[in-house]
Amino acid sequence: MKFRHIGADFKVVARSYFRNPIALFFSLIFPIILVSLFGLILSGAGGGPVTLPVVNADPGCPLDPATHNTTTYCQEFFAALNSTHAVRVDVVSVAPDSFASWLGQKDYTVGLIVPPGFGQNYTHLQPSNVTVFTNPQDAASSGTVLGAVQGVVNGFNLRAANGTPILGFSTSNIGSPVYTYIDYLIPGLIGFSILTSPMFSMVDIASSYRKDGIFRELSLTPLSRAEWLTSRVLWYVAITLVTAGIMLGAGIELFGAHVTFTLGLLPFLVVGPFFFVSLGMLAGSIAKTPESAALIGNIITFPMMFLSGTFFQVSSMPAGLQTFAHFLPLYYVIDGMNQVMLFSNTPQALYDLTVVLVGSVLVFLAAIRFFKWRDE
Amino acid sequence: MASAIEVHGLVKRYGSLAAVDGIDFTVGSGAVFAFLGPNGAGKTTTTEILEGLRRRTSGDVRVLGLDPWTEGRPLHRRIGVIPQDFRFFEKITPKEAIEYYRALFHTAVDPGELLAKVELLDKMHARFDTLSGGQKQKLGLALALTNNPEICFLDEPTTGLDPHARRAIWAVIRELKREGRTVFLTTHYLEEAELLAEQVAIIHHGRIIAAGPPSEIIRAHGLPARISLEGPPQLAEHLRLALGLNVTYEAGRAEIELSDKRDALKILSAVETSGLPWQSFQTLQDTLEDVFVRLVGRMDDGALKSEATP
Ligand SMILES: Nc1ncnc2c1ncn2[C@@H]1O[C@H](COP(=O)(O)OP(=O)(O)O)[C@@H](O)[C@H]1O
Ligand SMILES: [Mg+2]
Repeated sequence: MKFRHIGADFKVVARSYFRNPIALFFSLIFPIILVSLFGLILSGAGGGPVTLPVVNADPGCPLDPATHNTTTYCQEFFAALNSTHAVRVDVVSVAPDSFASWLGQKDYTVGLIVPPGFGQNYTHLQPSNVTVFTNPQDAASSGTVLGAVQGVVNGFNLRAANGTPILGFSTSNIGSPVYTYIDYLIPGLIGFSILTSPMFSMVDIASSYRKDGIFRELSLTPLSRAEWLTSRVLWYVAITLVTAGIMLGAGIELFGAHVTFTLGLLPFLVVGPFFFVSLGMLAGSIAKTPESAALIGNIITFPMMFLSGTFFQVSSMPAGLQTFAHFLPLYYVIDGMNQVMLFSNTPQALYDLTVVLVGSVLVFLAAIRFFKWRDE
Repeated sequence: MASAIEVHGLVKRYGSLAAVDGIDFTVGSGAVFAFLGPNGAGKTTTTEILEGLRRRTSGDVRVLGLDPWTEGRPLHRRIGVIPQDFRFFEKITPKEAIEYYRALFHTAVDPGELLAKVELLDKMHARFDTLSGGQKQKLGLALALTNNPEICFLDEPTTGLDPHARRAIWAVIRELKREGRTVFLTTHYLEEAELLAEQVAIIHHGRIIAAGPPSEIIRAHGLPARISLEGPPQLAEHLRLALGLNVTYEAGRAEIELSDKRDALKILSAVETSGLPWQSFQTLQDTLEDVFVRLVGRMDDGALKSEATP
């Protein structure tokens, strides 16, 4: 491998690319469109009451004498919250101490604890405090819940003690960060472009360069197949870095995605294109005609496009599909990016990286073996 | 003269089709060799085997003393190739293409100089997909020269080009010869072979049906020289009787074969003494084209199968 050869070829690829308006559009504008589109459709930012998980720590909540029915004060408090139509109470049985971390795990940004003795205190006009959990990162939900609780508390105070504040609320922070759909979407969409742009173009190049005699031309020069493929890998690494940057920027700017831009992301932005440039070349080389090349390319690409965590989290898929996803190389690229960008789980990220790296080396070598410059 | 290319018993089969069916030839170093044949004769197949782009079925091939298939890498540094239908990266300009090859071959050619040599300097900054057929071919030629090759392979370099572009390519080929390079040229234009090459091989259905310098091929396979006279039928009759030569008469012209140069003088004096009227007078000599048409025609009639290789 000679750097001079790779550099000369890289220049030709880059020039061809910059002189092709469609290619430019796809790598610069398309990422923004993708993020915006999926962000708007699926992030669930608009409409509907906010689900409010509630821990009722007052099991002995007494009946309300004022209403002469079987509802307890607590239930009435919940009904009042629901009637605001801003929140929907969901009573859960979780220990109050571990409620905050439970909320974090379940990706809730809001929660409420009704303290022990809540009903008793209320009947005896004694003060008590409910605790509202919010996460400042999700300002919209927090604001909604705080507003609803404030309103209901005021109403209860007015009714029971003519406005004397016996019922209050304190707020507490949910410690762990919150992940919304858009957060998972960014690594997913970066993975999507790592998969699709090299796969489709390499499959096409493999057959069209053969048909046009460009491989035959190159075979007459000192450029080796490994150098040629390396130059393509480097080019798609460059494209991926730009695309990922655009997607991160669009996700953070437009939808407030909470992704950490760490250097840990870089290995995936290098190894990912390495794998899929090689795989595209392999698929295109095995095929005898451009048509069968495109077919093989699609058969490999389409399942990965949807089932490896691009648009939908793998953990939300049925068990059978989850198992299947573990056989898809892109799953490891996207999972690895989730691990570094969202969870800071380095060991899992390293595992994912190793899987992709070993796969890349094997596929690269296979591609070089199978793709022939010249006819037999 | 050392030989640049040596081919012995070369065979290339595609399935049951023998595209090249046992050919032998040698190209001397510094010579221009033309490989002549109709479409599908096996020219490209042979050329690509010599360039190391295709594997031969059997036979022995040496180019600059190397086996093109197994020793392609060292060979490719020393040869230049323009394939039939030369194509290149669509969005790249001739200047950039030469810089690319220059970096790959690690040579120090000047793109401007090279493009001037093939008369493409004015298109130096035009993208490949905007070039005409002749301009693309010229770029192919320029690229083939970036590594200062000892042998240039040109597969139908002028097919489909207008007369001006053809002449430009011919000029470059002559220049290559002056520079002492060996040129291996395929063509189906006979005048091209006759004009440029000192050695010609005619290939048809994968076999060489004639080989040698153009003049020798014409001598060996052409009809004898003839004199053609425009005049009345009696003139033909008179010459036949007076000279005892083979005289044919057709469409107002008498045609007499010359078995010897001196026959010409006898014929002319016999015409003079006959007192018959005559208008125009021509000597006829076969061109390579006549020979080619006749040889190929005969072979297609199945008459020449036995004398396939010289
Ligand atoms: N790759 C191939 N597979 C099968 N047949 C081929 C292939 N290449 C050439 N041929 C056949 O071999 C014969 C010689 O072709 P070619 O060498 O291209 O002829 P030419 O260059 O003289 O026109 C033709 O009959 C052609 O159809
Ligand atoms: Mg040909």
